[in-house]
Amino acid sequence: MSLRVYDLGHARAGDKGNTSNISVTAYDQAGWEVLRRELTAARVAAAFAHLTAGPVRRYELPGLRALNFVIEGALGGGVTRSLAIDPHGKALSALMLTIPLPEGTPG
Amino acid sequence: MSDDRIPPAVELIERGELDYICCECLAERTIARESLDRARDPAKGFTPTLLERMRAILPPATARGVRIVSNMGAANPRGAARAVLDAAPGWGCPETSCAVVLGDDVAETIRRMPELRLMEDGAPLESLLGRMAAANAYLGADVIAAALDTGAPVVLTGRVADPALFLGPMLHAFGWAYDAWDKLAAGTLAGHMLECTGQLTGGCFADPGKKDVADLAGLGYPFVDVTPDGAITLGKTPGSGGRLDAATCTEQILYEMHDPTAYITPDCVLDITGVTFRQEAADRVAVLGARARPRTDTYKVVVGYFDGYIGSGEMGYAGPNAVARAELAAEVVRERLRRQGFTYSEMRCDLIGLTSLHGSGGGAKPEPYEVRLRIAARTDSKRAAEAVGAEIRALHMQGPGMAGGGINLGAREVLAVKSVLLPRHLVHPEILLETPR
Repeated sequence: MSLRVYDLGHARAGDKGNTSNISVTAYDQAGWEVLRRELTAARVAAAFAHLTAGPVRRYELPGLRALNFVIEGALGGGVTRSLAIDPHGKALSALMLTIPLPEGTPG
Repeated sequence: MSDDRIPPAVELIERGELDYICCECLAERTIARESLDRARDPAKGFTPTLLERMRAILPPATARGVRIVSNMGAANPRGAARAVLDAAPGWGCPETSCAVVLGDDVAETIRRMPELRLMEDGAPLESLLGRMAAANAYLGADVIAAALDTGAPVVLTGRVADPALFLGPMLHAFGWAYDAWDKLAAGTLAGHMLECTGQLTGGCFADPGKKDVADLAGLGYPFVDVTPDGAITLGKTPGSGGRLDAATCTEQILYEMHDPTAYITPDCVLDITGVTFRQEAADRVAVLGARARPRTDTYKVVVGYFDGYIGSGEMGYAGPNAVARAELAAEVVRERLRRQGFTYSEMRCDLIGLTSLHGSGGGAKPEPYEVRLRIAARTDSKRAAEAVGAEIRALHMQGPGMAGGGINLGAREVLAVKSVLLPRHLVHPEILLETPR
């Protein structure tokens, strides 16, 4: 199995209107360096492209070794009107963890 | 949160050495639904679980001198206070009084301001006014502090910003002013982290073998110790299950956070980019480095409006060719609805077990042994919405073979929400003290 976000970090999803935010927190410093370099907004946008055209914004929190992704349009029109079985998109954090990352030595 | 379990709150009161317990119970749209309840019965309109929750927490809180602050007043905080005061003697708490926060209901104010722009899409508010069910401003901690100043052991509010429920007692206890930015930052951040209770202490976290949580079944709720100079340390009920450490804190600090330099509340604009967590002891975490800028000159107002109906239902398929039978069933339901002349602005067919949570994403998937077809559709017609579940139930007898476990989930009226910003000077919070009759 090739490297996935799941191997390096953990994730939680939150909702506001039709926007999902998903944080990814590294388990350790080595994982943080890979996530910071490789888990780009473009890579996340591609993994969510079947759900939303975005945009996806990425924020870095080095003090917490965490990234925060804000994914617009991901909640099927918004928590209160979505037809989805998971209108809050709580389970979308697990989709983030499936994203494959290039292997290779950091730095 | 509105789905929070009650027993851990009782344990927290009994074992947490608290001064205040804050109960956040209003999701974005719930207040609109409760406004409709109030329209039907003026004594209703507060959180439906109010009395169940207060019956559990008021007696132990009264016995220990713990004051209660909650937004369970929803669309009728005064009615909530009356209901609690009428029931309290029966719970052994005859001396209870309630301070009530009013003024978040701004429906009549914004009805006269059709030119306000919706934050979500920039459209004029006018487009929703004909369908509006409720409009409530997110009030701040200042009014909660004022309500506590009355001395009442219980404060009941309608819509307030979630972190403000927690910052209010700090303003009241320490007299922090609205230029003490580091203190407001610390208090607002503490509120943000506590408002989802068990999500800070190991709830919404466990992944067996990867991220384990001890005694998740006995998950304990969190508290915060605050000093007058704004140092904050998180803890959880002694002897309870769950975990409280940098990992759980990091997941929760970013929960429902967008730009981490600008988390806007009615009390300040919080910046968490300098925050670090320091484990002081088992299940004790100090939170350092929160900063804030002055509050904005507007209140955010959540506008609830009617948005048609959603009808839905489900049917199960298993064994050989299960996915193909479920897909055929979906086609049959669509076609039968179409031939009856029903129209839908949006229809969604999920295969639970395959595509219901992540859509078609997440890479190639093996065919599951069983799948469950789920169809949901949006329409302005209640009849068309009801037809969806009925057609799915009929699949047992008149759809593809070997279907089982069908359910008609009926039609529900949709109360959706959007937001506007309202200048502060147009909102007039009020405090009322309700005492036993």
